[in-house]
Amino acid sequence: MKKPSQFDAIVVGAGPSGNACAYTLAKAGLKVLQIERGEYPGSKNVQGAILYSDALEKIIPDFRDDAPLERHIIEQRVWVLDDNSFVGTHYRSDDYNKPPYNRYTIIRAQFDKWFSSKVREAGALLICETTVNHLIMDGEQVVGVQCDREAGDVYADVVILADGVNSTLARKAGFHGEIKDSNVALAVKEILFMPEDIIRQRFNIGEEEGVVIEMVGKITDGMMGTGFLYTNKESLTIGIGCMLGDFKGSVNKTSPYTLLEKLKRHPSIAPLIQGGEMKEYAAHLIPEGGFYAIPKVYGNGWMIVGDSGGFVNAVHREGSNLAMTTGRLAAETVIAAKAAGKPMSEAVLKTYKTELDKSFVMKDLHKYRDMPEVFHKNNQFFTTYPELVSKAAHKMFTVDGVDKKTKEREIFSSFRTSRSLTGLVGDAVKLWRAFR
Amino acid sequence: MNAVAVNVEEKLFQNRYRVDAGRPHIQIKDPEICANDCTQKSCTYVCPASCYKAEGNGSVTLITDGCLECGSCRIICSEFSNVNWEYPRGGHGILFKFG
Repeated sequence: MKKPSQFDAIVVGAGPSGNACAYTLAKAGLKVLQIERGEYPGSKNVQGAILYSDALEKIIPDFRDDAPLERHIIEQRVWVLDDNSFVGTHYRSDDYNKPPYNRYTIIRAQFDKWFSSKVREAGALLICETTVNHLIMDGEQVVGVQCDREAGDVYADVVILADGVNSTLARKAGFHGEIKDSNVALAVKEILFMPEDIIRQRFNIGEEEGVVIEMVGKITDGMMGTGFLYTNKESLTIGIGCMLGDFKGSVNKTSPYTLLEKLKRHPSIAPLIQGGEMKEYAAHLIPEGGFYAIPKVYGNGWMIVGDSGGFVNAVHREGSNLAMTTGRLAAETVIAAKAAGKPMSEAVLKTYKTELDKSFVMKDLHKYRDMPEVFHKNNQFFTTYPELVSKAAHKMFTVDGVDKKTKEREIFSSFRTSRSLTGLVGDAVKLWRAFR
Repeated sequence: MNAVAVNVEEKLFQNRYRVDAGRPHIQIKDPEICANDCTQKSCTYVCPASCYKAEGNGSVTLITDGCLECGSCRIICSEFSNVNWEYPRGGHGILFKFG
């Protein structure tokens, strides 16, 4: 009773992975339907947000001509925060100020809308305001999708799931189980509007230049997580995220919005965001389980791309570039199969996984495969160490008549009191192994 | 951690929603389980939109109007799997202006 395919491919979702996939497919002349549940592409999507240009360049080489980009990043700060101080590094390079720029801040609602316009120009059919409820199966083979509108059954040779971190479709179809709370981070953020000249003065930057601040330390209330502050053209994004399981198990029953509020009031942050007018509050889950949490991403008539497949490099906070790359590789797999006249079977779509393994996506995820475990089992990285580092700096920089040798001895002994020597060495080795 | 009072409603007020009136996309499957079996009630403090409220009598109430569609409530309710979580109907729910 197989229904005739109306499309070569259906792509569910119009985020970076779905758009990259649909664009590549349509560009190759395939008949593509893309389904988006939001009012417009981007209206359901949340990210920090940083765009790494390389992954997009491989799909749309001249994207800089008209993509809505906020600022190219010329300075990266990493701050370790105590209750009322920070110790940090700033890296600014004029090399980052020469085109082609390597990364940009973006506003996702605008960027996704732009990317989607390119997808439609390439020939794909986009339907918005439509939620896909189920996959339609013919035995083992996915043959279409069931949408929440009348006569909403649509058929295709292959369905690509780009439906984001919650991926209800893959779960309902039994492709994988529920996400574990230890494998996702819950992040909340606000966008604060501010006159452009104030942003430029505060962050010591020129017209198109941007600064990124990544933060760890006592701001996460002992939980595994990070904070961030990004400069957009006329706004700042400030946010904080921790592992969902840590929130759930937190002793203080910490709420994400409490962390965000405390971060905004931190004496090192407050002056930077002062006067900013809050225009939106968002929350999002980030799949941070890494290599071991990646589910099976292909089967008979289906493939999974982007956040839906857990393709996020949490260590380097890269996501949209992995999303676009997985979307492109899935599309290329379909295009090749189609050209060779092959069916969209599991055996044929396996090429997608082979290509993923050859790409930076799986190589990077494999490299950091043990990282989530190391941080998870050793929360001193988020509790004891930031405090010690900050106290050490405070001691060294306070001039009070005590000689430096004595200060050094005190600092070292404070480290040993908080964490045994074997603990310290062990942590260093664990970290080195996981990063290696 | 010193107490910081946060008015979540004020934050949500800045957001744009198209509420699917009378058709909540998330439901508590069995309220009795929240009231009688679940001691932790993590949804009441983890939900970033504060959709879940712990009532005085031990029960938990849910109003999804401000939902940010993150999915946290579904995932943290792992012990009882007492949350029915679907995406809102097409075009409904949170509509991010910036994202």
